[in-house]
Amino acid sequence: MIAVTTLIVLLPLAAAAAGLLGSRWPRGASRTERDNAFASRRAAWFAIVAGTGSLLLTVWLAYELSSGRAGAPGGPFWGGVLPGKAEGTLTLIETGSVPISVTLRADGLSMLVGILVVVVALAVQVYSVGYMRGDPRYPSYSAFISLFTSAMLLVVYAGDLIVLYVGWEIMGLCSYLLIGHWWEDRANSRAAVKAFLVTRLGDVGFLFGIFTLGVAAGSFRIDDVLSADLPRSTLITATLLLLAGVAGKSAQVPLQTWLPDAMAGPTPISALIHAATMVAAGIFIVARLYPLFLGAQPTLDVLAVIAAIGMLGAALAALAQDDLKRVLAYSTISQLAYMAGALAAGSDKAAIFHLLTHGAFKALLFLCAGAVIHHVGSNLMSHMGGLRAGLPVTFAGMTIGFAALMGLPPASGFFSKDAVIAAIEHSHGPAQPFLYGSALLTVGVTGAYAARAWLRTFFGPARVEALPEPPPGTAHVFDGREAPRSMLWPIGLLAVLALLLGIAGLGIAGLGDVDWSSAVVSLVVALLGAGIVYALWRSSPHIDPARLLGPFRVPCERAFYVDAVYAALFARPVFRLARGVVRTDEKVVDGAVRGSGRLTVGLSGLVRLAQNGNAQLYVTGLLAGVLLIAVAAVVFG
Amino acid sequence: MSWLLIALLAVPLIGAAVLLIAPALGRVSAYGIAVSGVTLAVAVAVAVAFDYGHPGRMQLQTNRPWIPGLDLRFHLGLDGISLPLAVLTALLTFLCFVYLARHRPEGGRQRALVFTLLVLEVGMIGTFLALDLLLFFVFFEVVLIPMYFVIAVWGGRDRRRAAVKFILYTLLGSAVLLLGLLAVWAQAGTLDMVDLAARHGSGIPRSAQIVAFLAIGVGLAVKTPMWPLHTWLPDAHTEAPTVGSVLLAGVLLKMGSYGFARIAIPVLPEGAAALAPWLGAFAVVGIVYGSLACLAQRDLKRMIAYSSVGHMGFVLLGFATLTPVGMNAALFGNVAHGLITGLLFFIAGAIKERYGTADMARLGGGMLRRLPYIGSLLTFACIASLGLPGLAGFWGEMLALLGAYKPAAVLSRPLFVTFMAVGGVGTALTAAYFLVMLSRVTHGRPIDTVPAGPLMASAEEVREFLGPDEPVEPVATGAAVEEAAEEAPTGDVPGGGRLVDVTVYELAAWVPLVALTILFGVWPKALLAVTTPAVQAIFGVTS
Repeated sequence: MIAVTTLIVLLPLAAAAAGLLGSRWPRGASRTERDNAFASRRAAWFAIVAGTGSLLLTVWLAYELSSGRAGAPGGPFWGGVLPGKAEGTLTLIETGSVPISVTLRADGLSMLVGILVVVVALAVQVYSVGYMRGDPRYPSYSAFISLFTSAMLLVVYAGDLIVLYVGWEIMGLCSYLLIGHWWEDRANSRAAVKAFLVTRLGDVGFLFGIFTLGVAAGSFRIDDVLSADLPRSTLITATLLLLAGVAGKSAQVPLQTWLPDAMAGPTPISALIHAATMVAAGIFIVARLYPLFLGAQPTLDVLAVIAAIGMLGAALAALAQDDLKRVLAYSTISQLAYMAGALAAGSDKAAIFHLLTHGAFKALLFLCAGAVIHHVGSNLMSHMGGLRAGLPVTFAGMTIGFAALMGLPPASGFFSKDAVIAAIEHSHGPAQPFLYGSALLTVGVTGAYAARAWLRTFFGPARVEALPEPPPGTAHVFDGREAPRSMLWPIGLLAVLALLLGIAGLGIAGLGDVDWSSAVVSLVVALLGAGIVYALWRSSPHIDPARLLGPFRVPCERAFYVDAVYAALFARPVFRLARGVVRTDEKVVDGAVRGSGRLTVGLSGLVRLAQNGNAQLYVTGLLAGVLLIAVAAVVFG
Repeated sequence: MSWLLIALLAVPLIGAAVLLIAPALGRVSAYGIAVSGVTLAVAVAVAVAFDYGHPGRMQLQTNRPWIPGLDLRFHLGLDGISLPLAVLTALLTFLCFVYLARHRPEGGRQRALVFTLLVLEVGMIGTFLALDLLLFFVFFEVVLIPMYFVIAVWGGRDRRRAAVKFILYTLLGSAVLLLGLLAVWAQAGTLDMVDLAARHGSGIPRSAQIVAFLAIGVGLAVKTPMWPLHTWLPDAHTEAPTVGSVLLAGVLLKMGSYGFARIAIPVLPEGAAALAPWLGAFAVVGIVYGSLACLAQRDLKRMIAYSSVGHMGFVLLGFATLTPVGMNAALFGNVAHGLITGLLFFIAGAIKERYGTADMARLGGGMLRRLPYIGSLLTFACIASLGLPGLAGFWGEMLALLGAYKPAAVLSRPLFVTFMAVGGVGTALTAAYFLVMLSRVTHGRPIDTVPAGPLMASAEEVREFLGPDEPVEPVATGAAVEEAAEEAPTGDVPGGGRLVDVTVYELAAWVPLVALTILFGVWPKALLAVTTPAVQAIFGVTS
């Protein structure tokens, strides 16, 4: 079984290598448009075949694991459905300290997330064929998606923390490369750099957390770490350090600022990396090491505060954005904070359930948004409106997606969000009231911003104008038709998943059961939020309903000026410091070196005064010397 | 089999001698490739003959009296610590010759350059093979003279000053090093490194160890270089020709850090224990200082030179922990830095050759558009250098930090955990300066560099040429403008049209480095399996 797991991880990697190397010929000036088209088609085949292979193998593996022995009660939540487990170690690397074991493992948790990753990755690959048609850099683009898929699968199936960290960082690299795909525009390039650096800052803490666990447990293997008997103080330190990496990768407060900017990448990338998979990796890693976090209550309290601030703040920011993709980006931060809140409340089951449904419906929303942007030629909702008639399939898909996001039954989000809120409601802890209040408020705001985006995009007066020349960052010009077939199929697939995954998770996977009392409360709150927006919109459809925020609208739109504060607190001082270092290096450090050189020359000038060629002076000196020696001999002798 | 090591030294030496005797060889560059190729083949044979079952033992030894009056012996041999470095040296030299076949530095005298590089190779390989303290010192010094000429004859505009600074600085360091070696000799009564290492410092009193470690350490730290003894490095790198920069970064710096692993720490353990906190402190200051200096650099080659200060800081931090894992980290970091920074300097040289400048403001942006291959390779090299897992640069940094998390028992743990935290900040800063550089140079739209033509009289005109996007330092005088105009080669730069992308010779020289960077990144065991037993032997740990 472990060979299959290895193959699942390696297939996309092979596709990435083939795509990067195989698209380079014919080289040089003889290259024509036709060669480019061929190279793109070749690259698409590599990516899709490998993705399909991984998907089939994953399904087989899940089947194998589900037929294993049923787990004992009290074990992990996936023990009932996917009780099997496979683990294999390729080799042990001696480092002179704690060894690194190159280990892969497949169990219920990695299976659940693994399926999500391969399904969304394949959907995005197929979708990208249409979305990126005519882009000369499509081969490298699809290869980087394959590389990302492989890295994410490595994180999911890693059996050793260092192996996991390798995949974790490669994901960050792919995110950087893909956000900066349209690098001609400096803004995209800057967004890519920002995304990499902010997550890297968190990853430094993450790596130190791994060190703390590995050195204390004497092994980096996840099973050894989980079964080791670690002192409480070590657990708290380690989990807090890990939390830095989680906050970076999952765009949680205080490292959330990179995600909205990351929307500079092509929309399919936003669907895959910045909505469904990579940003969920932080949640996954907490669930993976959940026994450790349960042993460190202070960490969970910190996580609860982070989640409470993040979910409400991001939802409010989403309500004020004009860029459709940025609405979805802030919504992702908010939904990830729900998962973090569930983890803080002690329910990894609810968190993973919401991770799965969110992966499906947010990917769906982004792919639909991509179709809309493809159609309109702009990201801004003020350029959209009345698209319901022109884009029926996209409209249906997006409606399902927004219903799931708001948590309306029977869409999947209803069940998973209910599980999360029920878990938070029934939890105990110093931060619980704060978290619960924030979660309920956020449900209302979510209803409001989802309704606003839905209404502003598909209803009201049409504001579509054909753009003469598409700016970089928007691939296509308005052509008045629905997106090509290859883009609609993935939307259809994800729409089905977003609709049914909740019921399936309830019925088949046993991921939760509906807590009707809390479900009714949150449903009412969500509808209330949506209703207010609808009423406002109804009164004047051409004006943005975000005006309900009143004087808070601008702070919300600017995401509470966090970016500006960070730039003033960190970015600019670092650059000032850097310039200071360069000056110091020239003036002080190297100045000392040059100064010592000048000093030597100066001293030699002094000594040279004695060597003036005057024989009389030399003889006088000689005699003086002899006299001194004689006196010394007499006195001391 | 001990003749293999002698052959490893003899082949380039004889090759250089033949150049002196033979009046006229047809193609000097082909000759250089052939000689260094044979040397590389011998190095590979050495690697094959090496007994991987016992990498902790000295192998393929030659031990003959050389100057009996001084008790000086010609003692060669290698173990898991020196093997990777010796092979790396042979490989990098060979790749430099391949690169030279087409891309010749200005300054002509091809024949003299080949001769100089071959002598340089003898010294570099000899340093890694020598097992006698004075023999080590002799090879250590042999390297300086050819490198001085490489910089002074084939270097850039300000080459003389850089070369003089290089040689004076490093000679001064060598003098201190020699004093330290002689102190060891005086105390221990032998010059044999194997013998000395086996004693683990017994027979040398603690105070003498500290003094000797200080002297040897300072001597090696100049070469490594350690902050604040680094200022010769940026000048030397900026002015040296491409092959000079590659060998300087790829091999010469390693001779300093190799000295720590081979002499300073095994021979003088008590001295090391006393001074390790200072070494660690200077190392982490170097990491942060080097990264910050990179962040504000304008010249590409100078930036890569400062990045070496940061990377070698990680190597020194590894040594300072006095643990097997830290030493492993340092040795891994050495090899990785040699591969990656070698590649970076190759690429920077190629860029300078094409654009006529390495000044980032004048390079403009959009290199991925103008030179897609070189731009992609530059991206790869930078990503590798910033320590991305899965590429070679990561393991050295990661293991050094792991070593600092739990240093040797004699050292203060809180102090080293602080070092680890500072080093961690350094990794983030490293990523920052590389990505900012990539963003400036490879992304964006190509803009015209200053073309040749009528002289521009004012700074305003220059700024117009460079476009409003790019920050440009105001150019005050007409002379500076003239200089800038001269630097842009005629014809092929303006408009961004006809720059030649990567050539076959460049690819041949670079692909091995790329492949090895990936290999050691995904399979670090290839290197760690060789070094770990040797390192454990130093610290007397049996696995």
